[in-house]
Amino acid sequence: MNIIVAIKHIPSIADDLPVNGSNLDFDSVDFVLNEFDEQSIEQAVLVKEASGGTVTVVGVDLIGELDNVLHLALAKGADKAVKITADDPGADSHQQAGWLAEAIRDMSPDIVFTGVQASNDLDGQIGPMLAARLDLPYIGGVSSVDVVDGAATVNKEFAGGVGAKYAVSLPVVVGVQAASKPPRYAPISKVRQIAQTAAIGKVAPSGDGAGAGLAFKKMAPPVAAGHAKMFTGSPKEVAAQIVELLKGRGLA
Amino acid sequence: MSNDIFVITEHMDGKFSDVSFEMVGKAKELAAALGGQAVAVVLGGGVDVNGFASDSTIQVDDPALAQFNPEACGKVIEALAREKSPRLVLFGWTATGMDLAAWLSARLGQPCVAYVKGVSLDGGGLTVSSQVYGGKMVAEVAPQGDMAILAVLAGSFPVEAGQGSTAASQIASPVPLDGLKVKFVEAIKPAAGDVDITAQAKLVSIGRGIGGKENVELAEELAQALGGTVSASRPVVDAGWLPRTRQVGKSGLKVKPKLYLMLGISGAPEHLEGMKSAELIIAINTDKKAPIFNVAHYGATADLFEVAEAMLELL
Repeated sequence: MNIIVAIKHIPSIADDLPVNGSNLDFDSVDFVLNEFDEQSIEQAVLVKEASGGTVTVVGVDLIGELDNVLHLALAKGADKAVKITADDPGADSHQQAGWLAEAIRDMSPDIVFTGVQASNDLDGQIGPMLAARLDLPYIGGVSSVDVVDGAATVNKEFAGGVGAKYAVSLPVVVGVQAASKPPRYAPISKVRQIAQTAAIGKVAPSGDGAGAGLAFKKMAPPVAAGHAKMFTGSPKEVAAQIVELLKGRGLA
Repeated sequence: MSNDIFVITEHMDGKFSDVSFEMVGKAKELAAALGGQAVAVVLGGGVDVNGFASDSTIQVDDPALAQFNPEACGKVIEALAREKSPRLVLFGWTATGMDLAAWLSARLGQPCVAYVKGVSLDGGGLTVSSQVYGGKMVAEVAPQGDMAILAVLAGSFPVEAGQGSTAASQIASPVPLDGLKVKFVEAIKPAAGDVDITAQAKLVSIGRGIGGKENVELAEELAQALGGTVSASRPVVDAGWLPRTRQVGKSGLKVKPKLYLMLGISGAPEHLEGMKSAELIIAINTDKKAPIFNVAHYGATADLFEVAEAMLELL
């Protein structure tokens, strides 16, 4: 079984997000693997372990640093890694989905995993767009996948533990909300070892390169309707103020 | 091209979601300004379809739409959009809408905006605001072209404006829905047996900042000292540190406790959807720009472990 994982390298939201004009200043932000892609990589490796096959992780190299992410994916059990050398830090989901679709079509996938969403999916997620471009069905919000005899059984989550089980004939694109087991840990020593030996495939971006069709007018932190009253001081002083507040309201 | 606005409503167990009404209300306002109609689109049956304030309501009923099926819904919506050429197609940024909006965008070659918090018209031009980067930034964009597909965050518009009594008209599916590759098998109900966090008056809620499973105990001790229980944001549950029954937010449960004490939760829109109605929200986070401080009543930029331990000594 040919298992593909399409990943996104996205601006880290752990740090400040500087703005240049009406969009992020992509030259000044750190890029990290989309957190939902950690789940989709894990789900792909779990499917391989249960049903056999090879896992190929493919992503668009926006800033020339995708190798680190691909090495980690290999350390977690992926078999092959491919980067699409776009070198365009501001490429939107539509562009990335277009390039990924061309690369993945050539791989003849049986199942394509993506993270269900990313925090920079302003113009939508790559999973449904890949499915549309590859003319495959898409199902997202998925929290488990079992593949038997050319068909997948997936659980899709709605909310609050309510969900539904679906049977899908392959090939299919799946948007993973959470893998059926928490993502495994890859020791740094193993990642380093792989970084020295792994061959990462390179593909030039191809296709129509069509973007999202959105004109940016502004990018800014939200204008808050209000702001929390902030407790200051040492952690002990903060704790004392919280406890006093709670006692005053009969909550402690 | 028309100036109509299509709202793809969503329902489960005989009830429409709030966001369906929110979108219909907004669509009415926008359609009136554009000189078009707000059209509520209902896929499937088993629900009272005559409760929207839309200009018209279309119900497409077919056995393949009896339960949510992304493939069947996609085919129907694509056919309707191609036939009627609405100015806007609105989806909820929900478990169902997220399967369809970007897909439709790629199928039709029309722009899509996700995480939508606001839509406005000035001089006939459309401006859409979107809450991206985990709620840390708001993007304002103008979709180019004749049609735009928007996926709207729940809670962005008032519910009441979309409630009414427009009589729906039933139509047959505009496309054949046989030979689907996706088949609904069965519903999955929530696992029973754990505490019901929606019934708790006090929640100590932990996020990614808790760092690891070994630190959950500290939050549990604090919750116990306060007479409450521990809940969490999605990353904590996805990491396996707490069971799914403890998850607050869009893909988890909606809670409205007297106290919601947040340790290491940044406040992404998906989490806010589940807790913003709590009576008293206190947030501890090391990132002073965390969006949660725009929502919490009280906050502190501090190390959650030190604050929690100090609170335990005082309780």
